Amino acid sequence: MFTLIARRLIQLIPTIFFVSVMIFLLQQLLPGDPALVMAGEEKDPAVIEQIRQRYRLDQPLPVQYLAWIGGVLRGDLGESMRLAEPVSTLVAQKLPVTVQLAIMAMIFTLGIGIPAGIISAVKKDTAWDYVVNVVALWGISTPNFWLGIMLIFLFSVQLGWLPASGYVSPFEDFWASMAATIMPAFVLGNSFAGVIMRHTRAAMLQVMESDYVRTARAKGLDSRTVILKHALRNALTPVITLGALEFGTLLSGAVLTEQIFSIPGFGKLIVDAVFNRDYAVVQGVVLITATTYIVLNLLADIGYILANPRLRS
Amino acid sequence: MAATSTLAAPAADVPHESPGARAWRRLKKRRTAMVALAILVVLTLLAVFAPLIATHDPTQQSWRAVRQAPSWMHWFGTDEVGRDIFSRIVYGTRASLSAGVISVAIAIAAGVPLGLLAGYAGGWVDALISRITDAMLASPFLILAIALAAFLGPSLQNAMIAIGITATPVFVRLTRGQVLSIKMEDYVEAARAVGNTKLRIAFTHILPNVMPQLLVQGTLTIATAIIAEASLSFLGLGQQPPAPSWGSMLNVAQRFLSNAPWMAVFPGIAIFLTVLSFNLLGDGLRDALDPKAK
Repeated sequence: MFTLIARRLIQLIPTIFFVSVMIFLLQQLLPGDPALVMAGEEKDPAVIEQIRQRYRLDQPLPVQYLAWIGGVLRGDLGESMRLAEPVSTLVAQKLPVTVQLAIMAMIFTLGIGIPAGIISAVKKDTAWDYVVNVVALWGISTPNFWLGIMLIFLFSVQLGWLPASGYVSPFEDFWASMAATIMPAFVLGNSFAGVIMRHTRAAMLQVMESDYVRTARAKGLDSRTVILKHALRNALTPVITLGALEFGTLLSGAVLTEQIFSIPGFGKLIVDAVFNRDYAVVQGVVLITATTYIVLNLLADIGYILANPRLRS
Repeated sequence: MAATSTLAAPAADVPHESPGARAWRRLKKRRTAMVALAILVVLTLLAVFAPLIATHDPTQQSWRAVRQAPSWMHWFGTDEVGRDIFSRIVYGTRASLSAGVISVAIAIAAGVPLGLLAGYAGGWVDALISRITDAMLASPFLILAIALAAFLGPSLQNAMIAIGITATPVFVRLTRGQVLSIKMEDYVEAARAVGNTKLRIAFTHILPNVMPQLLVQGTLTIATAIIAEASLSFLGLGQQPPAPSWGSMLNVAQRFLSNAPWMAVFPGIAIFLTVLSFNLLGDGLRDALDPKAK
């Protein structure tokens, strides 16, 4: 087991290396002199020269990369041109907001996806199965941002029940925070609920046909016990793994959701950075997201190894 | 193709049916996939014949017709500067469909050769290509596309390139996996033994085996690409105004939600229908092309 985990850890290194190279090379796509573009509105030659110095833009690419990654490894993600603040500070400010949103979204995703998947597997080829599948497909095909706009129209504009935008920290006012985040969390969780439902269904169907479930049934256990105790426990392992992966995808979905609901999180940070041509922030956010995603991926793999007795020995 | 399959329909498996004909015969039995295909045909026609179908000029502003509710004159209403929403949606089909199809074409054109190369060459070439693929798959799809589009500069063309590059690793991985599993098959060994070049083997033996999966994955990725394009346009990184695109229409619509909700309803339905159709068609193709299915 430990060799397996160790091997996964070693594989991580080249992946993270290439991710960092890729994000570094994004800069090369900028048309014209990067120092000039990165300076943005600021056309002060001193500032431009400072950027050139800082990123070693007058030196060959490998040197530039080493200078950049060296800073990143020391926790220096560069500085926001627009906000005149270190990117790491901005990230530390915005990340908790998005994490709160993602956790709430995950509750929606699993809370809807898993029961729906079980129902459709147990009631395979019935009207239930059909309805659940249609709803899942609807969830997968509805663009997040449109669902968000429609919910705002219904619950904020028409009914006036929930605020259309804004954010309150749960440590400040818990219920106000819930009211502000419940719609975006639902929007974010909704699309993945469909994905989770499909996987739960497939895993359940497979498990239900296995020998031990048949044995459990043959022993005369009632189907409720068989489904919930014997089948579900085994079917859930791959679903939970997928859930960990989807958590990373939620971060990416948060971009538009936060934009629509004006929630000052990670997604809004990258969008604002894009509009302000604040390239260091864009790079920093992509790097952090990708690294989080990779680490979650690893944790999911380790969890899978730990949960699977055949891989444990 | 259609004629033979109609004749063959009552029989079980006809011995000399081509794989394409068999897939089509199976696909035709799936009602949802056929409905999806019909919707996509209609959408394609809308895109191609947009000037004939649109009731108004999609960029013509009219200060006397600002934010009008749907009516006989303006079927889907008008927007904040009096442009006809129905006509803008019809023209928007062009941006959405071409973005979906072109970005996936870019992804396939780049991904399949790289996957063939990685699977075939092995060694450090494979290691390099695979690690880069891993790195790209490690970055969330939309964030990578947004970052690429941001650095390339906002335009529909750059959005397509950004989405295409972001979608490439999926096809690299798919092709590579297929090459690895087929490489050792007897008939490929035989082809090699009789002196066929690697390139020839790749094109005559390996590629045809990848085709079904490519078709399925390609169709499903078009759905993802269309959502991505709408998202980029929504953020102002795709189609630039005044040219119509569903994503940017939604962006403007959000500001007028309380007094002109129709501005938000119709572009959303258009995106939803298109994406749903590609997803349904992809699912149908997957079932129809599955060699294990009946």
